[in-house]
Amino acid sequence: MQIKESPKVYDAIVVGSGAGGGMACNVLANAGLKVALVEAGPYFDPADPVTKTQLKWPWESPRRGASSTRDFGDFDMSWGDWEIDGEPYTTTADTEFKWWRARMLGGRTNHWGRISLRFGPTDFKHKDVDGLGENWPIGYDEVKPYYDRLDKMVGVFGSKEGRYNDPDGYFLPPPKPRLHELYYIKGARKLGIPVIPSRLSMLTKRINEDRGVCFYCGQCNRSCSVYADFSAGSVLVFPAQKNGQVDLFTNAHVRSVTTDAEGKAKGVSYINKEDRKEYELRGKVVVLAASACGSARILLNSKSAQHPNGLGNSSNVVGKYLHDSTGSSRAGFIPALMDRKMYNEDGVGGMHVYTPWWGDNSKLPFKRGYHIEVWGGMGMPSYGFAWNPSDFNKYVGGVVGGYGDKLRADVKRFFGSVIGFGGRGECIAREDNYCELDPNVVDEWGIPVLRFNYTFSDQERYQARHMQQTFEELIDAMDGIVLGDTPTREQNYGLNKPGEIIHEVGTTRMGDNPKTSVTNKWQALHDAPNVYVADAGPFVSQADKNCTWTIMALSMRASEHIVDELKKMNI
Amino acid sequence: MDRRESLKTLLVGSVAGASLTGAASCAPKGEAESTEAVAPGLYGRLPEELERDKRIRASIFLNEHELETIAVLCDIILPATATAGSATDAGVPDFIEFIVKDIPSHQLPMRGGLAWLDGESNRRFNKEFKSCSDSEQISIIDDIAYPDPDGQKPDMSHGRQFFNRMRGLTLTGYYTTRMGFDDLGYKGNFPNVWDGVPPEVLAEHDVDYDPEWIAKCVDQSKREVIAEWDDDMNLIT
Repeated sequence: MQIKESPKVYDAIVVGSGAGGGMACNVLANAGLKVALVEAGPYFDPADPVTKTQLKWPWESPRRGASSTRDFGDFDMSWGDWEIDGEPYTTTADTEFKWWRARMLGGRTNHWGRISLRFGPTDFKHKDVDGLGENWPIGYDEVKPYYDRLDKMVGVFGSKEGRYNDPDGYFLPPPKPRLHELYYIKGARKLGIPVIPSRLSMLTKRINEDRGVCFYCGQCNRSCSVYADFSAGSVLVFPAQKNGQVDLFTNAHVRSVTTDAEGKAKGVSYINKEDRKEYELRGKVVVLAASACGSARILLNSKSAQHPNGLGNSSNVVGKYLHDSTGSSRAGFIPALMDRKMYNEDGVGGMHVYTPWWGDNSKLPFKRGYHIEVWGGMGMPSYGFAWNPSDFNKYVGGVVGGYGDKLRADVKRFFGSVIGFGGRGECIAREDNYCELDPNVVDEWGIPVLRFNYTFSDQERYQARHMQQTFEELIDAMDGIVLGDTPTREQNYGLNKPGEIIHEVGTTRMGDNPKTSVTNKWQALHDAPNVYVADAGPFVSQADKNCTWTIMALSMRASEHIVDELKKMNI
Repeated sequence: MDRRESLKTLLVGSVAGASLTGAASCAPKGEAESTEAVAPGLYGRLPEELERDKRIRASIFLNEHELETIAVLCDIILPATATAGSATDAGVPDFIEFIVKDIPSHQLPMRGGLAWLDGESNRRFNKEFKSCSDSEQISIIDDIAYPDPDGQKPDMSHGRQFFNRMRGLTLTGYYTTRMGFDDLGYKGNFPNVWDGVPPEVLAEHDVDYDPEWIAKCVDQSKREVIAEWDDDMNLIT
C-alpha cells in the first residue's frame, strides 16, 4: 500500500487531544508554532446539541441510561470504554488489567471526575522517605510555577489549607457541603480524620469571557455545554484553534513515529479511519499524548534500523513501571438520612468535600497513602434506581419485600440515605508491571496491540485493608450500617482490578539516567530528542493524588521547553 | 439568581462558547429550556448507537401473552394512587419489552419466570395468571413477594427470584419517568445556583454549617465577577 505523505512540515505534531495533548496544542499554537493535532476519534464539542447529553432526562433513553452501549451509562460522555470494537488488548495469564480509552476530541477529559490535586514535595521524592520506587528527577519547586499558571488558566476550586504534601493553589471558591457530606465531616472529625473542601476543576466563578459558570447540574461526566468544567476540547483545543495555527486531524489513528537516517523523528504515520489508508505527517517535533499506554504502544511500534527495540526503548523501559491508582470502595446506610425533605442538591459534578491522606506510614504496614472520595445524596434516578426499594427495612424494623403503595413509601423513605466511600491510593511502581506488544494480535488497522502484565503486592493489599477498616469506622461514626461483607485477603481486600481507576501512569518514566528511564526531565526521549511524551507516561510515581493536574502542568512545562529549544535551534 | 435568569446565563454561555468553534449556528434558540425539543429521540446518540436502538426496536422477544401478564404484574406492584398513575400509566410494560432485548441476561429469567407463574396458577386455579381474579392473583403474589428466611415456603423460591426481578424492573422503569419523578418529588436536573442545604432541612438534622468552613465557600453574588488573586493565593474578587 502506498503511504500518502503530506509535503507540509509542521513545527510540532501532537498525538492525542486529552489533558496532555490539549495542553501541548494550546501552548505550542499560542507560541506561534504551526501544529498538527492528531486524534484517533471524531470531533466533539460539548455544546453540540446533537451529541449533548447534559440535562437529558432518563426517559429520553429507552434503557433509562443503562450501560448497555456506554459502560458508565447512556449519558456518560466517553466515546469508547473498556472495550472498543476492532481495537482489542490482551493480558498475560494471571492479569486482569482493564484499559479505558475514549476516542473523541478531548479524550477522557470529557467525562473524568475533575479531581485536580497537585502532587506534593514528598510525592516527587518518596524514595527518600521509604526507599521504595524511584525519585523523580524534578521536585515540587520546579513544577509549582506551572501548577500556579494552570490553576488560573483552567480554573479549579478548593481552599487554602496549608498541608505540606497537599499544596494549595490559586483556587476558586468551593461549593458548600451537601447534607450527607456534613454527616461525613461530623463522623470523620470524631475519628480525627481530616476533611477539607474538594479540589475540582469546575468554574464556581467566572475566569474569563469564553467560558460559562457552573450551573450546578451535577453532570460534569456529561461534559459541560457552557464549558464550565475542564474538558480538553472546550478549554484548551478550541481556544488554540482561534489563531489558525492548528490543523486538526480527527479519526486519525497513529501507528508509529517515523524517523530519519539519524534516528531523529521526522513525523508520524497514521491510519485514516474513514478511508482506512495510511498517511504520513511531517514535523520538526513529535509530542506523544495518546495516554500512558497508548504512547508506549506507538513507541514500541516505531521500530527502525536505528531503533530496533522500538523508539526510545534502548533502555528496554518503555511500557515498564505501569501503575494505576489503587481503589477500594464501601457504602453505608445512614438511618438519620431517611425520609428526606426533597430539594435540589445536584451541586457540582462530584463530591464537595474529601479527605486527603492523613496517616503516618512509618507506623503502618504499607508505605504509601490514599485519599477518600465521598458520594451520596439525592442523585437523579436512572436504570437500577429503586431496584430493591425495601431492603433497608431489615435494619429499621420494617417489612422487606411486598408490593403496592408500600413500595412507593419505601422508595421515598430510603432515597438519599446511602453514603459511599472510594479510597484512591498510590500503587508502588514496579518494573514487572508492564505493557508490551502482543506478538500475535493486531487491531483492525493492522497495528500490534498491547498485552498487559500486572500484579499487586502486599503494599497495595494492606493499604486496601486499611481503607476498608477506615470506611467501616467512618460509617459507625455516622451511626450508620455498613453494607456488604468485609472483603477478605483472598479478595485483595476489595482492590479494584488494575486499570479500573483509570489513572494509568509510568510507562515512559522520566529520569536522568538513559539506562533506567525513557525520557529526560523535560519529557524528551533520551534516544530521540525531538520526541516528547506529554501524557502520564513520564510519571515516576503516581502519588495518592489523581494524575490529571500534574499531566497538564508537566505538559505545559514540556511544551514551553519545546518552544525554547526550537528558538535556540536545538531541535 | 432565579431559574429564568440562570437559564438566560446558560444560553448566553452556550452561544459564547460555541462561537469559538463556529458551531453557534447549529445551536437552536432556547436549547436550555427543553433538551427534548432540540433533538427529539436523539438523547445525544452516536450513529452506531442509533442503529443499535433501531435494530432492537425492530426485534421481538416477549410475545403478546407475556406482555399482557407483565402489565398485570406491573399494576399489582405499582397500582395508581390518588396522586400518581399506575405502572402501566407510566409505560412500564413498554420499557420492560425494550430492556429485555437491550440486556439479554433478563430474557431467560423473565420468560421462565412468567411460565413458572402460569404453571403455579394452573395448578392452583386451573387458569393462566392473567385470567385469574384479583384475589387469586394476590394469593400467589403474597407467596412470592417477601423473603423467606426460615424456608417456610421452599416451593416458592423460583417464584420469589422472578418476582424480585419483576419488581426491580417495574420500580426502576417507573421512577425513571416524569410520572415517577413527580411521585418521588425529585427536584434536580435543571440549571440553578446551589447555595447549600436549605436552612429548614438543616434544622431537622443534627449537623450544621461550621462558620469557618462556610467562610471558604463560594459567595454566589460574585459568581459572575472574574476571579483574581493576590500573590499569596488569596482570591480577591
